[in-house]
Amino acid sequence: MKKIYVNEKWCLGCHLCEYYCAFANSGESDMVKALKGIEIHPRIRIEERGNVSFAVSCRHCDEPLCVKSCISGALTEENGVISIDPEKCVGCYTCIMACPYGAVMPSENGAIQKCELCTKNAGGLPACVKGCPNKAIVFEERAV
Amino acid sequence: MRYVIIGNSAAAVGTIEGIRQVDGAGSITVISDEAYHTYSRPLISYLLCGKTTEERMKYRPDDFYEKNGVTLLLGRHVCAIRPEEKTVLLEDGEKIAYDKLMVATGSRPFIPPMEGLEMVKKRFTFMTLKDAKTLEAALTPKSRVLIVGAGLIGLKCAEGIHGRVGSIAVVDLADRILPSILDAEGSSIVQRLLEAKGIVFYLSDSVRQFLPERALLQSGKEIGFDVVVIAVGVRPNTELVAQAGGKVSRGIAASDCGETSLPDIYAAGDCCESYDITTGQNRILALLPNAYMQGEAAGIAMAGGEAHFKKAVPMNAIGFFGLHMITAGSYDGDAEVLQDSEGNYKKLVTKDGLLKGYILIGNVERAGIYTSLIREQTPLAAIDYQLIKEKPQLMAFSRKQRAEKLGGMRI
Repeated sequence: MKKIYVNEKWCLGCHLCEYYCAFANSGESDMVKALKGIEIHPRIRIEERGNVSFAVSCRHCDEPLCVKSCISGALTEENGVISIDPEKCVGCYTCIMACPYGAVMPSENGAIQKCELCTKNAGGLPACVKGCPNKAIVFEERAV
Repeated sequence: MRYVIIGNSAAAVGTIEGIRQVDGAGSITVISDEAYHTYSRPLISYLLCGKTTEERMKYRPDDFYEKNGVTLLLGRHVCAIRPEEKTVLLEDGEKIAYDKLMVATGSRPFIPPMEGLEMVKKRFTFMTLKDAKTLEAALTPKSRVLIVGAGLIGLKCAEGIHGRVGSIAVVDLADRILPSILDAEGSSIVQRLLEAKGIVFYLSDSVRQFLPERALLQSGKEIGFDVVVIAVGVRPNTELVAQAGGKVSRGIAASDCGETSLPDIYAAGDCCESYDITTGQNRILALLPNAYMQGEAAGIAMAGGEAHFKKAVPMNAIGFFGLHMITAGSYDGDAEVLQDSEGNYKKLVTKDGLLKGYILIGNVERAGIYTSLIREQTPLAAIDYQLIKEKPQLMAFSRKQRAEKLGGMRI
């Protein structure tokens, strides 16, 4: 299946992926309206230090420790995509304890949030990939 | 192939999902003395405080058994395993034949002998959905609740009923709360929070005698109560395997693919031991993620596949009144404590060049990066330890390691 991969060599550290992610999951149709004056809570996060920067989001692991560890059954894997049912999630953060990439995070409503490959919003090519100006984030099928 | 599973919680679900990864055809029978669709036991405190419902706390969807071709025998009690004829005997006399048997019998609350306890009418334990419902039915806004045990179960119970009872007192023999997961400083941080919520602690103390509506403590103090919850600990349900001649130490002895010492009998979850890589000892790790993964590996093995559960680490993610904490591993080693001005507490424990354990209270962001260092036994010399100490981050790994983690490169 297609997954998100990052190539840190090409990352400019512009943080646009974070903004596109927040916008895609805001439910708003206008980016300015969605993001102006608010603190964003994207599911993809840039790490940066000196001249190194790269984006981190859910790897949709073949052996998803978050799903196996989830105590409520809120995290599930279907067709390779790991998603969260915020209704079932009680915010215990066991998944945050389990994820080796630090790619699961608290949301604003008490449940956790994570990248769901834009399968629950407008869909199509994930917004971070679409918005990355330097192709540092790609959505590809890879035989790994 | 006939698979039979005794138990219907996380380890049993792991077993079912493990079997079905390999064998789509064999019959699976689940026998449980609880009469419920599989549900998450750790969520019973969330149920009491209204953060979930009985419907939402189901551990798997309604169609789970049907989709996995599972025959359910609920509300039925297994009284013996007969390895020589490969059957399990139910209390009502029925015999169920198996080719592969999973014992996922879990644990039960331990109730130490306490004088006068049997005379207390409103006494409860706090482990199952039924426990939670019967406790809830006994509570009134005026209830004075006495909880014996300041561990995870006792304190989650306290949080669950807080706000719907008159008062909550907690007694524990230990000199601090949550001693199984926190260090002394961590315990005091959480204790202060719980005390600020009105919960009263009697530590280094125990109940000498229960009288009607009063408990006399060893210290000479007295606590008035109407409801008692006993939460001093749990005991593994090992009897079925022991009586069948299987090896049992503290818990049922099982290999890393779940095999007990008896042929074609497997065990997983809170009833059995796993090998804790942080201490190098076999011990019971009564944790839901552990139960699931042990069950899954065993299920795969039962169906003839190859799976081993080799990376067991004690770990807990828990919160009280919005204060989150995540802890993992062993605290035996060199400890480094980092506290910030916002009250976040962090302790990292290293030994032999490895991260062995950690405690995070408050800011638990990306804790899994620490857990992974423990689980994978990553030599700290191979990463930038100063950076990872500051906060869990992938920046602490080499570019090459990151290309593997994030870029999908196999190097």
